[in-house]
Amino acid sequence: MRYRLVVLLSLVAWLAAAAAGHAATTAPSPEVTQALADLVGEDADRREAAVTVLGQARDPKWLQFLRALRDGGVYARTRAGTTELVVGGTKATRGDQDVIDIVGAYDREPLGTVPLAELKEVPADRRLRLTIKSFVDADETRAQLADPDPAVRRGAAVKLGNQAEIAAVATVEAALQKETDRWVRHALTEALGLIRLAHGSREQRVAAARTLGEIHSGSAREALGRLAADPGASPAERHAATQAIRRLERWSLLTTTVETVFQGASLASILLLMALGLAIVFGLMGVINMAHGELMALGAYATFVVQNWFRATWPDRFDLYFGVALPVSFLVAAAVGLVLERGVIRFLYGRPLETLLLTWGASLIIQQGLRLWFGAANVDVSSPSWLSGGVPVMVDVTLPYNRVFIIGLATVSVAATYWLLFRTSAGLRIRAVTQNRAMSSCLGVRAGVVDATTFAFGAGLAGLAGCALTQIGNVGPSLGQNYIVDSFMVVVTGGVGKLAGTILAAAGLGGLTKGIEPAFGAVFGKVAILVGVILFLQRRPAGLFATRGRNAEA
Amino acid sequence: MPKREALAVGLAAVVLVVVLPLCNALPADAPFAVSNFTLNLFGKFLTYAILALGLDLLWGYAGVLSLGHGVFFGLGAYAMGMHLMLEIGAKSVYQSALPDFMVWNQVTALPLFWKPFHSVVFTLAAIVLVPALFGLAFGYLAFRSRIRGVYFSIITQALALSAWLVFNRNEMNLGGTNGLADFKTVFGFPLNRPGTQRGLYAVTALTLVGAYLLCRWITLTRAGKVLVAIRDSETRVLFSGYSPAAYKLFVFVVSAMLAGLAGALYAPQVGIVTPAKIGVLPSIEMVVWVAAGGRGTLYGAVIGAFGVNWIQSWLTTSYPDLWLLFLGGLFMGAVLFFPDGVVGALGRLLARARRVVTRRRERATRDAPLLSQATRGSIRPSSSDE
Amino acid sequence: MNSSIIYLEDVTVNYDGFKALSHLNFFMDRRELRVVIGPNGAGKTTLLDVVSGRVKPETGRVIFGHETDLLPLRENDIARLGVGRKFQTPSVFVNLTVWDNVELSLRRASKGVFAALRRRDPEEERERIARALETVQLAAKAGSLAGTLAHGEKQWLEIGMVIAQDPELLLVDEPVAGMTDEETARTGGLLETIAADRSVLVIEHDMEFVRQIARKVTVLHQGTVLCEGPVEQVQSDPRVLEVYLGRRREGADAVH
Repeated sequence: MRYRLVVLLSLVAWLAAAAAGHAATTAPSPEVTQALADLVGEDADRREAAVTVLGQARDPKWLQFLRALRDGGVYARTRAGTTELVVGGTKATRGDQDVIDIVGAYDREPLGTVPLAELKEVPADRRLRLTIKSFVDADETRAQLADPDPAVRRGAAVKLGNQAEIAAVATVEAALQKETDRWVRHALTEALGLIRLAHGSREQRVAAARTLGEIHSGSAREALGRLAADPGASPAERHAATQAIRRLERWSLLTTTVETVFQGASLASILLLMALGLAIVFGLMGVINMAHGELMALGAYATFVVQNWFRATWPDRFDLYFGVALPVSFLVAAAVGLVLERGVIRFLYGRPLETLLLTWGASLIIQQGLRLWFGAANVDVSSPSWLSGGVPVMVDVTLPYNRVFIIGLATVSVAATYWLLFRTSAGLRIRAVTQNRAMSSCLGVRAGVVDATTFAFGAGLAGLAGCALTQIGNVGPSLGQNYIVDSFMVVVTGGVGKLAGTILAAAGLGGLTKGIEPAFGAVFGKVAILVGVILFLQRRPAGLFATRGRNAEA
Repeated sequence: MPKREALAVGLAAVVLVVVLPLCNALPADAPFAVSNFTLNLFGKFLTYAILALGLDLLWGYAGVLSLGHGVFFGLGAYAMGMHLMLEIGAKSVYQSALPDFMVWNQVTALPLFWKPFHSVVFTLAAIVLVPALFGLAFGYLAFRSRIRGVYFSIITQALALSAWLVFNRNEMNLGGTNGLADFKTVFGFPLNRPGTQRGLYAVTALTLVGAYLLCRWITLTRAGKVLVAIRDSETRVLFSGYSPAAYKLFVFVVSAMLAGLAGALYAPQVGIVTPAKIGVLPSIEMVVWVAAGGRGTLYGAVIGAFGVNWIQSWLTTSYPDLWLLFLGGLFMGAVLFFPDGVVGALGRLLARARRVVTRRRERATRDAPLLSQATRGSIRPSSSDE
Repeated sequence: MNSSIIYLEDVTVNYDGFKALSHLNFFMDRRELRVVIGPNGAGKTTLLDVVSGRVKPETGRVIFGHETDLLPLRENDIARLGVGRKFQTPSVFVNLTVWDNVELSLRRASKGVFAALRRRDPEEERERIARALETVQLAAKAGSLAGTLAHGEKQWLEIGMVIAQDPELLLVDEPVAGMTDEETARTGGLLETIAADRSVLVIEHDMEFVRQIARKVTVLHQGTVLCEGPVEQVQSDPRVLEVYLGRRREGADAVH
């Protein structure tokens, strides 16, 4: 019986290969034939060996067969005394009979529809499934290593490194030969090193430890630590491992510093985005706009609405929504700011404390309005795909795109504000009114118009900041409250009248916050910053860049 | 003090200190009975009024707007609350001599700074001295370096935020977000007995009268005039030989002490002290009490504290969604339409009515306009805050 | 009694690169009435700022009386030493009565908070206040709020306040700007009365007024003293003419 089956199977396989049109002359190897026979059998060891044979053939068609086997889609059918393996397809009910479409095991040639009763399922137990999985995974990894997207290739390489299986050496080496991308090469080298460190000879381990140290492989830290402490390892190995660890530690100090600086820059940019509008309005009109935070929240909710609109109307263009949301959030906040300025604030010029209370009242109303309209819970704003992920700049340092974007947005906003203030006639009027309101009015500058546009511009910047904040934090009715005090501190520290003060103060406070947070914790860090600001104001009560001279104060 | 004001204050004092507690002692079905709930609510409002007096002295007179007085209120309230916690002793849920939250947080020994609060005398001193010293240190740094106007307001707001963050931390051993609660007795008197509550109310009312007299006395002395002068022109004060910083510091510390006192009276009457009373929003709410009532007139601050909180307790139970909208509107309205608050608006209305009456009576002397300034006898809110 | 009341040596004040005063040397005798003139930006007001302690110079010495160094002192301390200052725009407490304005300014042993909470010697104080109000002819308006006064009256009130301060040196910045001729004449008389028993330093633009009151005039130019002397001599000094006439925009017609 067994003999006949084998003969038949080989015949089927041979025919299949011929039918596929290529390798028509290569008959299936005896190993394959034997393996197929073993699969139908009962012996678990032989079945596992059979799967291994099929898997190691590295033939996509056999891999497909193995996947079907894993998923319970392979059947044996006995026809005219011989047993052959087929792969099942769609099931149906015809009359009172369950039927199934079947195809050939290797070539997927349709073999017609047969009653299910004529077939016997070839079971795949857990052990078998695991064996199959390793081949399927390895195949996937290989496929990923050939993927056009470097990020996919890099992920596959990292996975191979984590698995550290000796079998992958050839794959990794082959991939390394072809690879051109710097970060994929790094991941591949790392994977190779990790594999060698786990399975290589003593010499290979020494070399691998050295390489891993040189390429600053953070994921090798643990394995190197084990090797350094391994009493069975040779002195050379232990030495190499220790050296590599020392190297890694130095590197991690560097990466931590870089990360802190980046986080500081990112926080500084957020503070700057928020404080910019606040500072302009404060400088021009002496108005501390307590509703600035709520204007930010408005910008964030505008982004939310635009996102929902895109999701409903143009789901396939979803990524574009953020490009639309930026100007929309600016305009929404600017419009509300304009209403606020023309409606109430303009009656209170020259009375800064009153405007402070008035705008606080406005902030409560906007906040509660948002809560009643959108609900008290946070809403969900998804990032467009081009803002998720990050750009690797160093080993172990990846800068998230959203943070990079915010730094860019802050830079652009500052540049635009500078351009507006110092290169346009509108800016000239704004500066004139800032310096001497009465004199500007005498010269025909309509101070009211300047106030309104400036306030609207400042409010628009708040909206822009709110839009940016949707990418890094929660969007809720009290969004503004969380940031507003910090941005006031920036304005107070920066002083009035000079943008440079605001920029410096934002950079200083952002950097300082991130710098001391690890030591103090977030809460006590904040307290320390407040104490720092108060002490700083002891030296410069009017901020970094105070106007001095006879116009300073009356 | 003008005679009319003295009369009004005396009358109000008798009503608050004597009549209301007496009405509360009446049987519940008596015609003028005041329920325990109402008396307790009034007691709470009166503590707010004490705080508002200090804030008005600071803002309405000296023109210094503090957005951080919740901190001083909180310091007084926590000082009192710590003593009340220790008074609970082993009667707590965990039956430990330690406050419940410490048992919960696995603190095994009473932290050092808690120990003196076993003493009644120390607690009574701490209630005013802790806010005073804190106010002194903060005010010294701020006023010495001439941080003023909106700069000062913003710094105090940051102070409120920082204090709120700190009091929320469990490792401060002050109960974290949940604060201090479940007080059983105050100086030995059980808190659940109406008599104790009545006594607390009477003490609060007396304190308010005392605080009013203190503030009024200050405003009537030359120091009070210097405060108004500082609001008008700090430079002129400086060149007249006074140190505005010293006067501001003085009034800041006085208001901090009153706030601490208010907080200490608040704790046993409300029965719970949490960081929620310290933050940015409660601190600025205190300002609106003064603004709505009428700054620059001490009774305006009292009326404002009472009125705004009464409306709040009604709105937050009946229409909770509307409260913040109303509060926001109140801020805007008070600034835009009633710069001198309810008191000022009523005064103006009264003056106009009187003018109409006068005109009718003396048609011949038609153009003798009454100076509403002089008749109001209050201080006009300044048009510039410098 | 012929020693100096104020003495400035090599004083330089720098506003972000602009030298408002540059190595200025200046001194004044006791009981002298001195007028300082000069084109806009010459540093006149800065000179007053330095003496009254509002601006701390970069270099130099400022000595009051015999040997009091003013540089380490704050404005209020300098005021209490006996330097009074009248500002260009009237600076009074608009929400206090005229009487209270003067009462606050009175010279007294202590101007500290706790002294101000106590009441001391009301009778003597009342007399001094009344006298100061007489001098500036505002006794009739003692009960009005200062905010209700006319512009000229506010100027006199401020002068009255400074008189009540009983200073040894009085600094006056453009006292007659915006006044009618009649008011100007009256102010001139007032200043001369004051100068009878104390030193007065006046900054003025109006040359008519300068001729009325001045004995000795100092001309400032670009932060330093250009020349000094009696009015007639200064007016005919070619350097002064050049400074004023060379800058046609301002001051040219003021010199005549």
